[in-house]
Amino acid sequence: MRGCPVQHEPLLAVENLTKHFPVMRGVLRRQVGAVQAVDGLDFAIQPRETLGLVGESGCGKSTAGRVILRLEAPTAGRVIFRGEDITRLEGEALRRLRPHMQMIFQDPQDSLNPRMTVGSIVSEPLREHGAAKGAALRERVEALLEAVGLDPAFANRYPHEFSGGQRQRIGVARALALHPEFIVCDEPIAALDVSIQAQVVNLLKELQERFGLTYLFISHDLRMVRHVADRVAVMYLGKIVELATSDALYEEPLHPYTRALLSAVPTHDPEREARRTRIILEGDVPSPAAPPPGCRFSTRCPVAVPECSRREPEWRTLRPGHRVACHLAE
Amino acid sequence: MAQAANGRPVLSVRDVRTRFRTPGGGVVHAVNGISFDLHAGELLGVVGESGSGKSVTMLSLLRLLPEPPAEIAAGQALLEGEDLLALEPARLRRVRGGKVGFIFQDPMASLNPVLSVGYQLVEPLRTHLGLSRRAARRRAAALLELVGIPAAESRLRDFPHQFSGGMRQRVMIAMALACDPKVLIADEPTTALDATIQAQILDLLQRLRRERGMAIVWITHDLGVVAGLADRVMVMYGGQAVERADVRSLYARPQHPYTRSLLRALPRPDGGGRGERLASIPGQPPILGRAPDSCPFAPRCAHAFARCREQNPPLAPVGADHAVACWFDADAGVPRAA
Ligand SMILES: Nc1ncnc2c1ncn2[C@@H]1O[C@H](COP(=O)(O)OP(=O)(O)OP(=O)(O)O)[C@@H](O)[C@H]1O
Ligand SMILES: Nc1ncnc2c1ncn2[C@@H]1O[C@H](COP(=O)(O)OP(=O)(O)OP(=O)(O)O)[C@@H](O)[C@H]1O
Ligand code: SF4
Ligand SMILES: [Mg+2]
Ligand SMILES: [Mg+2]
Repeated sequence: MRGCPVQHEPLLAVENLTKHFPVMRGVLRRQVGAVQAVDGLDFAIQPRETLGLVGESGCGKSTAGRVILRLEAPTAGRVIFRGEDITRLEGEALRRLRPHMQMIFQDPQDSLNPRMTVGSIVSEPLREHGAAKGAALRERVEALLEAVGLDPAFANRYPHEFSGGQRQRIGVARALALHPEFIVCDEPIAALDVSIQAQVVNLLKELQERFGLTYLFISHDLRMVRHVADRVAVMYLGKIVELATSDALYEEPLHPYTRALLSAVPTHDPEREARRTRIILEGDVPSPAAPPPGCRFSTRCPVAVPECSRREPEWRTLRPGHRVACHLAE
Repeated sequence: MAQAANGRPVLSVRDVRTRFRTPGGGVVHAVNGISFDLHAGELLGVVGESGSGKSVTMLSLLRLLPEPPAEIAAGQALLEGEDLLALEPARLRRVRGGKVGFIFQDPMASLNPVLSVGYQLVEPLRTHLGLSRRAARRRAAALLELVGIPAAESRLRDFPHQFSGGMRQRVMIAMALACDPKVLIADEPTTALDATIQAQILDLLQRLRRERGMAIVWITHDLGVVAGLADRVMVMYGGQAVERADVRSLYARPQHPYTRSLLRALPRPDGGGRGERLASIPGQPPILGRAPDSCPFAPRCAHAFARCREQNPPLAPVGADHAVACWFDADAGVPRAA
């Protein structure tokens, strides 16, 4: 599974995927600009692979996940799932697609309806899609709860009776209900305590092996991403700036932004920490409504040359399987 | 860095206990006997999971909790010899924001939304340092510049909502630093910030510590972060300090089963062990409904034996600048000799 260089038909591919949100002003609500939340993504995910997606707050990770799942319509570009262009699917065709792709959210608290029992939360997608009813439905719910390590006897309880980690398990059980092939995990551990994070990460891995799942794993925890992802994509201000296998990315980052980001990852080793040098970037991330011209990182880049603020860098393949968007990378 | 342990500590905390009365008539024993020393220029990392009592401990020291429902039942907090827990309100107000700076977990909780940032910076400078209005404004601008806010002078008139989340956090840090505190208490000051902004702020605080000898208490739930930052570390669990040590000793020779599990639950920094399971800690943190009469970690501990469920282990020395509260000897793999 991990790091396998064999190219299969990808499970999912995006081409020039773009999502702009209009910025409206005035009484007539005229459009005066656009938040360029996601701007021209190109990548593919192989079956049973975990692709990590990292980057700072507001760089467009969640938006990318939602557009890929067609929870929102892209402004431009294409999404291809199992060889089929799903970019313009609507109505019944889109509904038939839903079971195959699911999402797990950051905050287990917000994503579960507090007035529904755990059983009805997990069975809702099954009922909605007419996948099971009666005794078969109950059995399926029990199997799902068991699969995520929850006691099936909990089916009659309510979300508030559970801890954060347990609630995240309920969300995972629900996402698994319709046998999806592809799951977008949007910061699935960010709201959990360190001692509970490991439980959820282990569970996601186990389920991946058991059910052959493919993940897009969104996170800002670069340590955890290295642990779970086969390949990692780094986003900055709506664009992917670098994509490589985990080992290549962490051992030999080519983009100056990736380098800065990795230099800030703590290692829980005081000896190593005492020797390491952090790359400190100046200033703040610019607004995605007014991204800088040329390379979007040019305003904070420690090695930028005049060219960088004039021309946008191409999305180049510098080593086999290692792509980067930087004029200076070699 | 390691000029720890020389001379008298700036802050010396002994046996602080804080509980809350809940509306239903119950009691939450949030902090159960915390002690630590902090020396000039030293950074003490306080690590523990959600609800372990990190914030309540530090808020108790400055009596920043509403009483009731909070009740500080016992303890002493000597700041340069003066017991903060016994001070009268007026004197205590002078200490807060004067000798002790506090960066709160929630940035909006400590910024007043209807007052300009400049006003909020200038007022404490005038009351604590007795600066003139002009001098205070100059210093306020310099402080904003120090924390990396561009065009600082002109931003003094702006209100908190006109700053981004990361900038607001930096404004708070500027406020905490305003009066050149002896002690800075930073409660998860960077968790809400982006990695590259976090790095900027860590860099700044390290500089202030070196240049001004400021002592820092750094609260976090991440053992990884304190490894590169702290001189000494206190690990909290269930309202108690379960382990306290010099940073190198803690990571090289963790003694408490909780500390050991936490370190094993982190993915390896070199990416090794991918595909393997992380060690996770089964079960949940304690509820703290009663005063602890057993080891708070016992229900989740792989080494727990009868004594752990009968007696709460005290923090006892196991080496130079290393203490642990556990009945089990992790190195020997057997219960400690009684
Ligand atoms: N519905 C919307 N309308 C307008 N702007 C939006 C909308 N959704 C997201 N945005 C903007 O798009 C940008 C990308 O947001 P997104 O939530 O995708 O970021 P993210 O990388 O997931 O951040 P985080 O790490 O904070 O979750 C942000 O500037 C955000 O404010
Ligand atoms: N006002 C209050 N009333 C009742 N209980 C409280 C109150 N404030 C805090 N507590 C309880 O005190 C305990 C310690 O809380 P504290 O905020 O110190 O935890 P923490 O270690 O800072 O956690 P976190 O990492 O989530 O910030 C918790 O069990 C909490 O529920
Ligand atoms: S005292 Fe006992 S239960 Fe508590 S941590 Fe030590 S071995 Fe585990
Ligand atoms: Mg997001
Ligand atoms: Mg806290």
